[in-house]
Amino acid sequence: MRDTHRELAVNLALALALFAVPLWALYANQPFTITLATRIAILALAGVGLNLILGFGGMVSFGHAVFFGVGGYAAGILAQHAGSGAPILGLFPGSNQMLVIWPVAMVVAGLLAAAIGALSLRTEGIFFIMITLAFAQMVYYFAISWPAYGGEDGLPILMRNRFPGLNTMRPWPLFLIAFGVLMVMLALVAMLRASRFGAALMAIRQNPVRVEAVGISPYGVKLVAFVISGMITGLAGALMADLTRFASPAMMAWTMSGELIVIIILGGTGRLFGPVAGAAILVGFEVTFGGMTEHWKLWLGLVLLAVVLFARGGFIGFLAGRERLG
Amino acid sequence: MTLALIVEQMLNGVQFGLMLFLMSAGLTLVFGVMGLINLAHGSLYMLGAFFCAAGAAWTGNFWLGLVAGTAAAAAAGALIEVSVIRRLYTRDHLDQVLATFALILILSEGTKMVFGPFPLYLNIPAGLSGTVNLGLMPYSLYRLALIGFGLAVAIGLWLLIARTRLGIRIRAGENDREMIGALGVNIRALYTLVFALGAALAGLAGALVGALQSVQVGMGEPVLILAFVVIVIGGIGSIKGAMVGALIVGIIDTMGRFLLPRIFATFLEASQASGLGAALASMLIYVVMALVLILRPKGLFPAHA
Amino acid sequence: MRLRQTLVASVAAMTLGAGAVSADPVTVGLITTLSGGGAGIGADIRDGFQLALTLSGSDAIRLVVEDDGQRPEQAVQIADRMIQSERAEILTGIIFSNLAMAVVPSVVAQDIFYVSANAGPSALAGAGCSPFYFNAAWQNDMLHEASGAYAGANGMTNTFILAPNYPAGTDALTGFKRRYTGTIAGEIYTQLGQTDYAAEIAQIRASGADSVFIFLPGGMGISFMRQYSQSGVDIPVISTAFTVGQDNLPAMGEAALGVINSGQWAPDTDNEANRTFVAAFREAFGRTPSIYASQSYDTANLILSALAVADVGQREAFRDALRAADFTSVRGDFVFGNNQHPIQDVYMRQVVNVDGEITNRTLGLAIEDYQDVFAAQCAME
Repeated sequence: MRDTHRELAVNLALALALFAVPLWALYANQPFTITLATRIAILALAGVGLNLILGFGGMVSFGHAVFFGVGGYAAGILAQHAGSGAPILGLFPGSNQMLVIWPVAMVVAGLLAAAIGALSLRTEGIFFIMITLAFAQMVYYFAISWPAYGGEDGLPILMRNRFPGLNTMRPWPLFLIAFGVLMVMLALVAMLRASRFGAALMAIRQNPVRVEAVGISPYGVKLVAFVISGMITGLAGALMADLTRFASPAMMAWTMSGELIVIIILGGTGRLFGPVAGAAILVGFEVTFGGMTEHWKLWLGLVLLAVVLFARGGFIGFLAGRERLG
Repeated sequence: MTLALIVEQMLNGVQFGLMLFLMSAGLTLVFGVMGLINLAHGSLYMLGAFFCAAGAAWTGNFWLGLVAGTAAAAAAGALIEVSVIRRLYTRDHLDQVLATFALILILSEGTKMVFGPFPLYLNIPAGLSGTVNLGLMPYSLYRLALIGFGLAVAIGLWLLIARTRLGIRIRAGENDREMIGALGVNIRALYTLVFALGAALAGLAGALVGALQSVQVGMGEPVLILAFVVIVIGGIGSIKGAMVGALIVGIIDTMGRFLLPRIFATFLEASQASGLGAALASMLIYVVMALVLILRPKGLFPAHA
Repeated sequence: MRLRQTLVASVAAMTLGAGAVSADPVTVGLITTLSGGGAGIGADIRDGFQLALTLSGSDAIRLVVEDDGQRPEQAVQIADRMIQSERAEILTGIIFSNLAMAVVPSVVAQDIFYVSANAGPSALAGAGCSPFYFNAAWQNDMLHEASGAYAGANGMTNTFILAPNYPAGTDALTGFKRRYTGTIAGEIYTQLGQTDYAAEIAQIRASGADSVFIFLPGGMGISFMRQYSQSGVDIPVISTAFTVGQDNLPAMGEAALGVINSGQWAPDTDNEANRTFVAAFREAFGRTPSIYASQSYDTANLILSALAVADVGQREAFRDALRAADFTSVRGDFVFGNNQHPIQDVYMRQVVNVDGEITNRTLGLAIEDYQDVFAAQCAME
């Protein structure tokens, strides 16, 4: 019980810090810090999606960047068609409203997740890792070579998509949007975890046979979790495309999938706020050492190795103690 | 489209497949015996190519370079096993993925620091350069040698596993990990040996292929992903599956790149057909993988049925 | 903040006269690829720029270098950091067109100068041109067009063309065909990053072509040339500096000998500035510079020449100073067109062995005073 309280305190502190630092930056006229915080919030959101299946469900997807990329392309393609006025496939109009783009990104990512998940979840363990990676790679090659939306050149978003009442071209309102979405999704995932569905998901990780014995299909539960997970990561992709004003195949490269896993482990696997801590650590590391040495990836590798070997609980595990699994 | 061209493309597919087999065999062996997923397998492939290039440049002899590349990859494999991998056997796959992902970053950056950012020179040995006439068409002697080399290694590997004491222990390890410890086998040494063997196979593949392509940082990861596809198709932990999977992937990929654009060209304009054909050809092996998964979720030759 | 800086700068300019420069060095952000497969090109871009600064003895520039890892969103983040935290006023260094497309439009929208030392995507040369965007290298299609013009004018009538299946690849083949007068024996798009070309080489052999045009930058070119030289196919290869440049030639070795390729510059380009550059680069870094290093060296000298006569804070004046291009390019004559891309001569070069070093020797002019075809779509005068 004490551990739960401590984790709650850590979570609250993380949320506060993620809000307070850019707020300070706003007054100190450090716009780049706000941009960084926005990036952290968006990557954390992508991690929250993956954490749902990886942390709670024990499914190691090594291809989650594909949903991130598809979300990004949804934003880019809708915005492009809104600009040109031409309907998509001659059927649907484009849009430059985030409130329209987000559901579209989530639905598209969810449909792709349903297809990939339906096949990949027929397997588990190491098979699952390799298959998710391979499917992501397939979509990646398609995105590179499909010329309609820029291919490898990617798809620029000339004007950021709009949100009612906020000027998304300025760093602070955009941060507020990303932060708000992150908090809402964290709350949703927390509710999901506490629900019967969440209990079933976590039970499947422990003992799938027992779950099946009480009449729940592990495959069905896992597939639903996989789809929700893909939708959340897709939403993060749409936000990221707006932050960088660019959607590109690089968003679904296998290294991006690796980074999402890194974010979760650095923060603490299966911890609600793990991705938030992990994204902050990774982005902080990148910015600090990337400017100092061109060999920063060597140091990142060493740090990751140390975390896996000696600090398995990640950041939250370090502060709030190891999670006790029932 | 002539018969000669089709035969030549089949040979190309087989050669590509056999090189993929060398990569996949190491991966599948390590998984079969130790239950470990090793993302850094591609980095060992890269190390094999770099040390082969450096060795060949230093001694002026490709074959010495080939020995150096294979040995360096094996040594690196042993070193990595003892220092890092050993701690991961009891961990879940997630920890293994992350730790070996970290190893990729370290080995790639480390290789760049030692060898510099430019691709290295590595040429085909003089005795194997040029072409031979196969009756239907001339064919690269070196590629023909690679086919021979790949088959020889496959047979050697089969003999090693089927006929030697080490092979018996490896098979025992695949079947029951606790058991072989009880039989008094030094399990730590066995694991190090198996990992080094897998690394040597990757290094050998890297060195052999390095003479045909660019020896550069990052060359290992695309091959690693193809090797994953091979293993998923063939069945994890099965050497036979790796062989069949590698040949399937090699031949389908080569034939897809060759035939798809031609098929589209029958009803599309030339550059469009070429672009669309190439786009679909790059996805073809993944489609095959999906089909195999639907029909045989554990691959064609499941090792632990 | 910006207004105050501009005021201070204008006052300083008025007191010191027209040619005055503010005492503080201007921050130039160099974003380039220093890890992964493109790291060699990035090293040349960085070293070429640094060499120009060193040789000039000027302290007008504070250079900040960072690795983009060949990832667009990484490049965008670095650009943000350089502008917002380092207060960079000029950016440069990006190698790949897809990264340039991610970074440049938003950079120039903030009234920050971007001077390209390599990538020249058509979108930025045509309708998307900007007063704040300069290209000191070429528009992407230019060298391919030169190769096409040369092939047609030199008796090649049936050419097989090959490039990776991504936008730069399709642009390359389109560019080649634009000026080529012969027929196309075959057209193949390969996978980006492909390492084995046996299937393609077999088709080249069977095609009956009298020449092969390839665009396979980086490691792809190394793989292709090695395999091609072993295939027994002896159809002559024509290409561009991107495939058989100095970054790739040491790794290709003898396999590349004889390949004819286009470039606006070669190590033996005959002028005083180039002799100084090549000698100093070899002295400083122990290798022969590539075309990328030459472009980056020119970029640095272009920026220095503008800083010598105008303050970067006065955007209009500084832009005019850049447009004047009052510097000595190592490629020879250098003039900007209306879209702020070079109008220049492009030469054909051939890969030769000079005392054991595999390098390019200039053969002759391919196209003279050439301006890219997209300039007409640019609204700037």
